[in-house]
Amino acid sequence: MSDQEKSGMSRRDLMAKIGMLLNGAAVVILATPVIGYLLAPIVRGDGGRYRKWIDLGELDEFPEGQTRLAKYKNPISNPWDGETDNIPCWVRRVEGEKFQVFAINCAHLGCPVRWFPQSSLFMCPCHGGVYYQDGSRASGPPPRGLFEYPYKVEGGRLMIEAGQLPTLSTSASLRARSNGCQG
Amino acid sequence: MSRLAKIGEWFDQRLQLGSTIRETMAHPVPRKSASWFYVFGSAALTVFILQIFTGIMLALIYVPSAGEAWNSLQYLNHGVTLGWFLRGVHGWGSNFMVAIVLIHMVQVAMFGAYKFPRELTWIIGVFLLLMTLGMAFTGQVLRFDQDAYWGLGIGAAICGRVPFVGAWVVHLLLGGPIIAGDTLSRFFAIHVFVIPGLLIGLVSLHLLMVLKLGINDWPMPGRLVRRATYVQEYHEMTKKDGVPFVPEAVWKDMFFSAFIIVCVMACAAFFGPYGPSGQPDPTIVQTVPKPDYFFQWLYALLAYLPPEMETPALLIGPVVIIGFLVCLPFFAGEGEKSWKRRPIAVVTILLTAVALGTLTHLAGYTPWSPIMNAWSGDPVPVQYLNGRSPLERQGAAVFQGKQCRNCHSIGGSGGLRGPDLDSVAVRMTHDQLVRQVLQGGGNMPAYGKNLNPAEVAALVSFLDTLHPANQLPARDAAQEDASPRQ
Repeated sequence: MSDQEKSGMSRRDLMAKIGMLLNGAAVVILATPVIGYLLAPIVRGDGGRYRKWIDLGELDEFPEGQTRLAKYKNPISNPWDGETDNIPCWVRRVEGEKFQVFAINCAHLGCPVRWFPQSSLFMCPCHGGVYYQDGSRASGPPPRGLFEYPYKVEGGRLMIEAGQLPTLSTSASLRARSNGCQG
Repeated sequence: MSRLAKIGEWFDQRLQLGSTIRETMAHPVPRKSASWFYVFGSAALTVFILQIFTGIMLALIYVPSAGEAWNSLQYLNHGVTLGWFLRGVHGWGSNFMVAIVLIHMVQVAMFGAYKFPRELTWIIGVFLLLMTLGMAFTGQVLRFDQDAYWGLGIGAAICGRVPFVGAWVVHLLLGGPIIAGDTLSRFFAIHVFVIPGLLIGLVSLHLLMVLKLGINDWPMPGRLVRRATYVQEYHEMTKKDGVPFVPEAVWKDMFFSAFIIVCVMACAAFFGPYGPSGQPDPTIVQTVPKPDYFFQWLYALLAYLPPEMETPALLIGPVVIIGFLVCLPFFAGEGEKSWKRRPIAVVTILLTAVALGTLTHLAGYTPWSPIMNAWSGDPVPVQYLNGRSPLERQGAAVFQGKQCRNCHSIGGSGGLRGPDLDSVAVRMTHDQLVRQVLQGGGNMPAYGKNLNPAEVAALVSFLDTLHPANQLPARDAAQEDASPRQ
């Protein structure tokens, strides 16, 4: 029995193992930038960088006591987004400079809610979520009221802080509202 | 030796594949397994190949850009010779693929084919099903129209329900803060590269295992699967009573596959391609988004789950279902194969099928959704207005004008969200109606703030008239002077 067999590893075995180790190290080194690249959508929005103050228009465009559809261009967009970065929202001018700006997305599963001024209700076409004019849940499956954008009035113009699709998680940055009267 | 044979020999000398192919063709299958029940796997493979082929054809024209995808689909439909047909074949092919994969899975489950030694074949099959559904969803996204846009919104809303890391998951899914160019690009990559690549690899493995382990024997009641003896018994069976795969079994596979391809083409030719529906412009809010048929059961389920059940059902439900399917061969890997002696399996499959079928049927007419234009589109039936007082007719106008009709039907038209009101006066007294209108409840919004007293009085007096001619309206027994209302 030779020395090599006793130690259990030949020179070639050792070289093959080192070769595997080298490839493993290369994979790890390659994986780091790839993972960073894949996580870019998270990193890019870190610390609220997906949200910006956006001009919705003159105050006069929103008559008191009414709720109107407003549109804005998403602050983070690319030239190849087409129409998808034109985002709608419902603006309710309660009185004077008191507003409520609701996301179009139903709090249930994100479908576009429609405003019915006659009955002062928002209705969702997907699963029948209904909200009162102040955005609180009236009936149906939504777990909460409509998502609301923070707003401010500057120089006679209505500004909202927006930029990301509101969901139950991504709304945390948007002002949370109480469930309101659940009827 | 003919020239053709010589050429064949030249290639085989270099490829060394001839003997493997000959072995595969001649490998014995149990005589009874050369059956029409065993054609669904090969049909799924055929449709998959059809999907790859038509997918490549569509990719010649399709532009995976949020700004241009919809236009390129219009161009495919109307500007490219037979582009509509290829879109139709690809779209209908996806329907057939989901259906055939499901039928294949039911057949395998009913025939106990997931039992020893074919456990891993089944587990890979479960993942093939998930990938098929993944292809169906991502394909629906690539048809970048309103349904695709809001379907993505629903996907994002579901991801947003993940605790703690929901926001990250949403941004990963969308590739950014909103549904936009980056979203379509990544779904294109997933639909065209990632899942097909995995599918090709896993389908090959799945197929190789069927060849190596042999096709499942026809289940006989009382012939039990035992780990110790099964493999030997199977080989004895195929040796004694086997038939060569080619041509005894394969001709049925080939007939059925050809039949399916003809069916897909016929559907494409008769019904045409799917959409695209309206442009993916989120500012067009007059839309009623709906998923394609293979996800409509989920769409229906999400309308019926109580709100507090929804997040657990969405996040834990899939884990439980996939976990159950993956573990099935481990806790039922031996014993009876015949469906005649596996009542629980049969009942489980039947109940699942009935549940999925019922939910899909309900999604066809979405009784949980308000009908957005019923208030302005459906007239009040004439017999509900004839001979009524002015106040009652005014009430009918309030009923329409305040969109009650969107959720409540009268005279057979209107929404189905709330109960129909044709005989509401029989069920509720005047006072109960007033209370219900003002305070809502039972999943109805309260209208107290939206109706003035005059409107309430008119509306309820109209509702009071809604009872069958031969049935008295409900009255409050506690009222002493309880003369029946008209």
